[in-house]
Amino acid sequence: MKTFFLRESLFLRRSLSLRSRLLLLLAAVTVVAAAFLPLWQIRLVAPQYEEGLSLHIYTHKLVGGNHGQDLHEINMLNHYIGMKPLVEEDFIEMRWMPFAFGIFALLALRAAVVGRMLSLIDLGALFTYFTFFSLGSFYYRLYTYGHELNPHAPMTIKPFTPILLGSQQIANFVQTSLPQTGGVLFTLFPILIAGAIWFSRHEEP
Amino acid sequence: MKLISSLLAPAVAAAALVALPGCNPPGKSGAGDAGKSVAANSAAARTWVAPGQKDEFYLFYSGGHSGQVYVAGLPSMRHLATIPVFGRYPGTGYGYDEASKAMLGDYTWGDVHHPGLSKKDGLYDGRWLFVNDNANNRIARIDLRDFKTKQILGPIPNSMGNHGSSFVTDNTEYVLVATRFSVPLPKGRYADPANYEKEFNGMVSGIKVDPTSGTMKVGWQIITPPFDWDLGSTGKGPSEGWAFWTSYNTEMAHDNLEANASQKDRDYAAIVNWKAAEAAVNAGQTTMLDGVAVIDPAKTPGVLYYLPVPKSPHGIDVDPTGRWVVAAGKLQPVASVFDFEKLQAAIAKKDFESEFRGVPVIRYDAALEGEVPVGLGPLHTQYDGAGNAYTSLFIESAVAKWKMPPWSADERADLNKVVLDKIAVHYNIGHLVVGGSDTKKPYGKYLVAMNKLSKGRHLSVGPSQPEDSELIDITGKKMELIYEAFTEPEPHFAQILKADAISPIEVYPKAENDDPNAVWDAKDTGATRRGNVVEVKMIAIRSHFTPDRIDVNEGDELVLHVTNVEQTPDMIHGLGIVEQNVNLVIDPGETKTVRIKMTKTGVFPFYCTNFCSALHQEMQGYLAVKPAVAVATQ
Repeated sequence: MKTFFLRESLFLRRSLSLRSRLLLLLAAVTVVAAAFLPLWQIRLVAPQYEEGLSLHIYTHKLVGGNHGQDLHEINMLNHYIGMKPLVEEDFIEMRWMPFAFGIFALLALRAAVVGRMLSLIDLGALFTYFTFFSLGSFYYRLYTYGHELNPHAPMTIKPFTPILLGSQQIANFVQTSLPQTGGVLFTLFPILIAGAIWFSRHEEP
Repeated sequence: MKLISSLLAPAVAAAALVALPGCNPPGKSGAGDAGKSVAANSAAARTWVAPGQKDEFYLFYSGGHSGQVYVAGLPSMRHLATIPVFGRYPGTGYGYDEASKAMLGDYTWGDVHHPGLSKKDGLYDGRWLFVNDNANNRIARIDLRDFKTKQILGPIPNSMGNHGSSFVTDNTEYVLVATRFSVPLPKGRYADPANYEKEFNGMVSGIKVDPTSGTMKVGWQIITPPFDWDLGSTGKGPSEGWAFWTSYNTEMAHDNLEANASQKDRDYAAIVNWKAAEAAVNAGQTTMLDGVAVIDPAKTPGVLYYLPVPKSPHGIDVDPTGRWVVAAGKLQPVASVFDFEKLQAAIAKKDFESEFRGVPVIRYDAALEGEVPVGLGPLHTQYDGAGNAYTSLFIESAVAKWKMPPWSADERADLNKVVLDKIAVHYNIGHLVVGGSDTKKPYGKYLVAMNKLSKGRHLSVGPSQPEDSELIDITGKKMELIYEAFTEPEPHFAQILKADAISPIEVYPKAENDDPNAVWDAKDTGATRRGNVVEVKMIAIRSHFTPDRIDVNEGDELVLHVTNVEQTPDMIHGLGIVEQNVNLVIDPGETKTVRIKMTKTGVFPFYCTNFCSALHQEMQGYLAVKPAVAVATQ
């Protein structure tokens, strides 16, 4: 046990190799780019919407496809089932999400400069927590939009949760939800962190 | 396995689409074949546009005295749309809202004969389609961005029977028009028709088109003797800046024309130098007549010449090179081919046979290249751009294909040799059209024969019979009849446009709506009363009107502005008010206005007329009209 703690504290005191520091620099760039690129896309396809309706979710905004028109169209369709219109202002996440991304970029840069394994572990842990929190909050969003339906709406449908990843049928629509460039870059971030840890695992403290 | 193939199918289809940019050739489609199979290269395969596929060309054909323009696809001949121009059309609410009512004025019909597409450098530019109204001397412009009539000009001053129209110059500087009828000018002046020769006049006019907006106005007019000007065309290449019209009735008869106007063996074609006419107007060599600058060709030499053509000609068509001008006389079995170079030389040498009212008459033989014996009752000629001409033969019910000059000595000796092929049509063909025949680069490929009679070719529909348009493939040595379609009355001429030459909008962008009475949000809707006028701003959106209740008093005037706030293609809403004769049809992003006097009391439902959504039936409201008595006692 004692040896384990010794090895652990040794590991946490290891400094970072040049390669790891470069990876961290790249990680900072990646997360900044992810803040500006679309994270996620929700698409709806039906016989009369062959070309599909799409919603692009960014860290800081909600954009409908077809020059924003698709957002109007989705809200228009949703009013039939009594779903609340999707309005950017309602997504409070979009106010703090870019800030959070900025923090991860700064922490990655800090780790690159300070060059200690410990800051990497902190960063990784914090990031993992943040990811699960964000996905959870996204899921909760989808759940509430699909469940808080106006009982006076023209059409009554069974409450539902729009799918978070993958496809499902909702009435006459196939709804597909997939990560986009920003989302992919976001998943690259922990891989780069893990890479930085890996490449410095034998470094001198 | 099945799953894999169903997953692959779209990928294969996508790959095929990538490999074949543009349209799939009709009959070649794998998608939506619905299990049909037809022999490759059969007429059926060449004209069948499978479900889900699109046509290769637009066909814009005139609706004659129905006053509208019809749009079909080629090669399927399917009717795609009606563009209302000179007549009300409940289907799109044309003639029911204030803007289109104002455009139509007091006339309830028009007689659309010859559509003309706008051009740039002698090629179609896909911006506008101009059509004439033979009945009320008007000309209209249809915008091909939204397929709507945007302007109706007229009645054109000093112009009676706007039949010799609409001939578009190479860069759409002008749409040229000429009078079929002559009357005492200015219009409104009375003279005894017995004094026809002395008191009556015809007119050739240039309608100036604004290059940016397309707005038309009368540019110049040339006063002419009372001949009945018929069809025309504009020059290009070497003949650019010139225009040509045939005439019948150089006899200047005013009664029993069928005999009295057919006495002479030759009638005059007008050879007009429109650039010289434009210059004469700019130089002020004109007199004002009914507010228009009119040129007297006897006082302004160089704007007008006459050229004799065989008896009672109808069409006069300049070929794609701009060198050859073909005129055909209904009462003579030949198409006369004139050489514009010889015509110019004759003018330069003053090789004139005579003068008529101060206008030189060019010697027939000085300009003639040859008379091609095409057949009986030749009317109009179109070109395929590959050196062939196609002439409609009214009496013979046929189309003749013949070779354009230059001809060999052998051919010259017997011009029967240049007639290459003939095909029967059903029946009594008037106009015919080859895509782009009036441009420098015709499409060739298809010819549409517009026949006047269709008797017995279709399921009987009683005495009011449709017209028959026939599709002829002109790609081979021999012409081949491959399809026929029956149309509304009555196509005269048509224009063919490549599908990819235009990209019409699908909705009116909200940002472009500049109607001061447009509202986009329910909170901006409502009614305002000013004295006896109640103005309502309304929005239409799936599946409700806001407001859905309108309260007025008997004797009020209701002004209703409806904005369709949708931005989704095909999400058209209508507004019909029961027993009030109100019929608005509003496209996505559009605002329409109607004014109605409230003469009836009671409650009148209004509803969406254009099926829009699952709850379309529920899209309704009430107009409540309180009797004046009840209002007074309040």
